[in-house]
Amino acid sequence: MSSGSVLFILCSIACLVGAIGVVISRNPVRAAVGLLTTIVGIAGLFLLLSAQFLAAIQLIVYAGAVVVLFVFVLMLLGADAHAVREDRARAAKIVSGVLLGIMALGVMMALYPHADQVTPFAPVSPDHGTVESVGRMLFTTGIVPFELATALLIVAVVGAIAVARGRHVPGRPGLPMKDPRKMFIGPLLPRDDSGRPKEVAP
Amino acid sequence: MLLGQLLEHYVLLASVIFSIGAVGFLVRSNVLVQLMSIELMLNAVNLLLVAYNRMHTDNMGGQMFAFFIIAVAAAEVAVGLAIVLSLYRLRATVLSDEADSLRH
Repeated sequence: MSSGSVLFILCSIACLVGAIGVVISRNPVRAAVGLLTTIVGIAGLFLLLSAQFLAAIQLIVYAGAVVVLFVFVLMLLGADAHAVREDRARAAKIVSGVLLGIMALGVMMALYPHADQVTPFAPVSPDHGTVESVGRMLFTTGIVPFELATALLIVAVVGAIAVARGRHVPGRPGLPMKDPRKMFIGPLLPRDDSGRPKEVAP
Repeated sequence: MLLGQLLEHYVLLASVIFSIGAVGFLVRSNVLVQLMSIELMLNAVNLLLVAYNRMHTDNMGGQMFAFFIIAVAAAEVAVGLAIVLSLYRLRATVLSDEADSLRH
C-alpha cells in the first residue's frame, strides 16, 4: 500500500469521525473539536490532491479563524450554549433520514454503472496547486471575483460588528450585569475560610 | 491498491460528509451546532471541487473556486455568530426553535 493510500485512509477516518462528532455530541465544545478534526482531515486530502495552497488556506482560515471564533462564542455564552432540546420535531428527523437515503441512493446509482471504468488521476505537473500558480490565476482570470471577495469581507466585518454590538433600547432591561470583580480568582478579592469570595459592596 | 487515487473515492467521501452535515442541520436545534453543520457541508463541496479539479491537470479553476468558497464561508460564520449573539441578547436562548419572534 502506497503512502498516499495510507494518508487517504487516515484523513478520511479523521473527516468521518469529526463529522459524526459534530452531529452527535451534546457538548458544543466537543462539536467544535469535531469540526476541527474534519477540517484538518480535509486539509490532508487537499495535500493528497496536489492543492498545497488550499491546504494552507484551509488550515489558516478554518482551523485558525473559524473554529476559534466558534470557541470564542461558546465561551462567551457559557453554560447557556449547551442547551439541547429533546422534543425536536419528529418531522425533521424523518425528513433528514429520507434525505440521507435519497443521497446515498443517488451516489450509488451514479457510480455503480461505471464500476468497471474507474477514473484514476493522471500524473500532474509539480507546480499544480502551488501558491505561485494559483496566485497567478487569482490575479489574472479571477481578478474580478477576487476584488468582490475583498469587498464582501469588509462588508461582513462591518455587519458582524454592527449586529453583535446591538443597540441600547432605553427603558428596556437587558441581561443582568455581573460584577466583573467576581470573575477574578485570587488575591483581588477578600475570601472567607472556605475559599469563596466574600460579597463585595458595590 | 488505488485507494485515494481514484476520483470516485473522493466523491463518495464528500457525499458522506455532506449528508452528515445536512442531517446535523436538520436534527440539531442548537444554532451553534447548526452553523458547524453548514461548515461541514461547505467543506464537503470544497473537497469535491478540488477532487474534480485534479482531473484537469492544466487548469486550476476548481481550486480558485474553492478559495472563494472559503472566503465566503468565513464571512458567513462571522455574521452568523453575530446573529447568534444578538439572538441570545434578545431571547436568552441559542435554540433555533425558540427564535419565533416573527410568528405572532
